[in-house]
Amino acid sequence: MTLHRTINLDLDSPLLRVEALTKLYGARIGCADVSFDLYPGEVLGIVGESGSGKSTLLSCLAGHLACDEGRVLYRNRDVVTLSEPERRLLSRTEWAFVHQNPRDGLRMGVSAGGNVGERLMAVGARNYAAIRASATDWLGRVEIAAERIDDRPRQFSGGMQQRLQIARNLVTSPRLVFMDEPTGGLDVSVQARLLDLLRSLVRDMGLSVIIVTHDLAVARLLADRLMVMKDGRVIEQGLTDQVLDDPQHAYTQLLVSSVLQV
Amino acid sequence: MPNPMILIENVSKRFTLHNQNAAVIPVMTGAQMRVEPGECVALTGQSGAGKSTLMRMIYGNYLAASGSILIGGLDVVRASPREIIRLRRETLGYVSQFLRVVPRVPTRTVVAEPLLALGHGEAEAHARAEELLKMLNIPERLWSLSPTTFSGGEQQRVNIARGFAHDYPALLLDEPTASLDGANREVVLQLIERAKARGAAIVGIFHDEAARKRVCDREIDVTGFTPRKAA
Repeated sequence: MTLHRTINLDLDSPLLRVEALTKLYGARIGCADVSFDLYPGEVLGIVGESGSGKSTLLSCLAGHLACDEGRVLYRNRDVVTLSEPERRLLSRTEWAFVHQNPRDGLRMGVSAGGNVGERLMAVGARNYAAIRASATDWLGRVEIAAERIDDRPRQFSGGMQQRLQIARNLVTSPRLVFMDEPTGGLDVSVQARLLDLLRSLVRDMGLSVIIVTHDLAVARLLADRLMVMKDGRVIEQGLTDQVLDDPQHAYTQLLVSSVLQV
Repeated sequence: MPNPMILIENVSKRFTLHNQNAAVIPVMTGAQMRVEPGECVALTGQSGAGKSTLMRMIYGNYLAASGSILIGGLDVVRASPREIIRLRRETLGYVSQFLRVVPRVPTRTVVAEPLLALGHGEAEAHARAEELLKMLNIPERLWSLSPTTFSGGEQQRVNIARGFAHDYPALLLDEPTASLDGANREVVLQLIERAKARGAAIVGIFHDEAARKRVCDREIDVTGFTPRKAA
């Protein structure tokens, strides 16, 4: 299934270019000197333990936190210096953010269809029938039955809420999706379903994704490349299977060898 | 002399175990080989001699400490992750001994995935997947199920089907006939022969000696690349 693309992208230029990004909390380092390029269609995993700076980095990249130093270039525009309205437009159209807790990304008092439709209306859709049809289509794609369209998210299971959050985020066909532990807190069987769904959406829509996770198995299945963070710094990066199967840094070796085998 | 598909020169590998007193274990030195299109080369040597290590370095899964590994002109030792991902998508296939898939994905899709990743249409990719699954005697009623619950032999055949879905110019095969019965072993050997005939350069590990003798043109004993113990 090939989806309609509204933006023509040069597949050989980075979609996102991050240069020496630093965020300090007073004297403490949030993240320091992070640089990387992300190309269209690429999935970058950021792994590390709690407090390693991976969520701080994601928040800075998505513009939720102001960084202290460095540049974030999205399609050659510096997003650090964007005005607030410009940044908000970007995060409603070409960007999306999937929170770990669906409650942070959904409007719990609004119906499932409304949650999906709202994002379409935010980018100018006005035809009610078309919005509802698009919402129904997206609920189907994330495997939520059409008859649940008028139910509120709080009547949904955790896995369903997370799938609804993904539908809400992807309905406007973004190019770049930030994900913060999207499978965290879900049962393993529910996780598998979500991983499968994310993989096919990434492939079919050609999405670029930056996914923060502490789960190396999730990283292996979803990410093309990995960055390993410790104490706010990137200590190792490379091809996902290479980093996991032949880790070079002491900390990565410890991280990989600490995973229980099943 | 034509350009070889795979050209390995002076490759060495060592593991540094930081959490075990930073022990440095040299496992390979001075590895070299060349494989022309249409040729199949067997890696031989005792268990632990480094056959899989060399194969993993060719695939970019292990980092080489030095030397160069050219696959269709790209040096895997120095290539960026993005270049290796592209190489693996278009040029370099790998049939490992283990099937690693997202749970819940149907077998048909697992096999079709390499073609879908290349942009082939779903109908075409699924048709090719079904053709291979049929050839490898995976019963049709299993095609819509995830292979995670299949037997070892069935998983191995799904893995082979996936590895042969796209006509890679270079192929790595790690024990492709292990745990297969006679009929399926014959199918796999024919797939290998057909890949050679269309010009694929193949590097394989075969404990199955008869299989090795039949499909391989040359053998390289990796024991020759084992670092000498310091006296």
